[in-house]
Amino acid sequence: MTELNEREVTLLMKALDGALTDAERVEFEQLLSASSTLRDEWQSLKRVKEVTMTMKFKRPAEETWDHYWAGVYARIERGLAWLLISIGAAIFLAVGIYQMVLSLLEDVATPLYLKIGVGAVALGFAILVVSVLREKWNTWKTDKYKEVKR
Amino acid sequence: MPHVSFSRGPRFMEPDRSEQEWITRCQRGDKEAFGFLVGRYMKQAYYVALGFVGSHDDALDLSQEAFARAFKAIGRFEPGRRFYTWYYQILKNLCLNFVRARKKRPIVSCALAEDVDGREPREPVSTDPLPDAQCEAAELRQNLWQALWDLDPEDRALIVARDMLDTSYRMLAELMECPQGTVMSRLYYAGRRLRECMERRMG
Repeated sequence: MTELNEREVTLLMKALDGALTDAERVEFEQLLSASSTLRDEWQSLKRVKEVTMTMKFKRPAEETWDHYWAGVYARIERGLAWLLISIGAAIFLAVGIYQMVLSLLEDVATPLYLKIGVGAVALGFAILVVSVLREKWNTWKTDKYKEVKR
Repeated sequence: MPHVSFSRGPRFMEPDRSEQEWITRCQRGDKEAFGFLVGRYMKQAYYVALGFVGSHDDALDLSQEAFARAFKAIGRFEPGRRFYTWYYQILKNLCLNFVRARKKRPIVSCALAEDVDGREPREPVSTDPLPDAQCEAAELRQNLWQALWDLDPEDRALIVARDMLDTSYRMLAELMECPQGTVMSRLYYAGRRLRECMERRMG
């Protein structure tokens, strides 16, 4: 099928909305009489439009709107709660691991190979955390759509 | 929870100068001010989400979640922008992620009203059968609604916004961050694809 040009598309869409000016109507009618492609598109899209214009969504019950803000507020509150829980848990975990590693390294009974292993794991974990945080920070600084991504 | 009373204004409200004041208050952590913004745009948000996902519960859930995320990010809202345009990007991305993650197709017939005013018929007005023309029109609407779900979610949302929710080209251009001519062009191609889906469905 021959593609319509930009002007034909604009006039077609305006015609479908009944928004043509007098001059545009004359121009559109001239184009219609000259192009069978445009005529076919006009007829078929008009039929589709006639149906979509009569389609309506069910209206939700009025109570939906009365309780809407409460739903949003609960989510904001829960978000804060999860943030605090996460921060608290991260602190507990970090301190616990730190204490455990420290006690293992300070204990004279701990074999050297175990001390080296624990030290390597701790160092590797620290490097991993710093690397991830640095990457997140760089992304946050440069991504203009940061607030819209999931 | 701060008490907020909502105005029952038109569904698609244009922003005014006072909106910036509400946003400034939100940025200071005033949840009541945010409640007014929610009240102003909740219906628009719900219907836009419904266009993307097709079910009442999901549309409600996603539009509320988008508001919660908007509040969380309101500190980064750039002055001079319209709240709804910014919020729409959050909502759209949430909805698209949701649709893409959903394995099954939704039960698409449940969101469409049975009469053209969008009312649910609570009891039959008449026991007489519907005239043929009305039956045909209702069947056509159902077929077209089903065909809408064969489309890409962005095409569907665009057709829903323009034809079912009567959103202006100016508003659509602002939401889609492109010129009105581009909106018309996208709508034209979306309409063509819808027609093709419809033809396939009707054999």
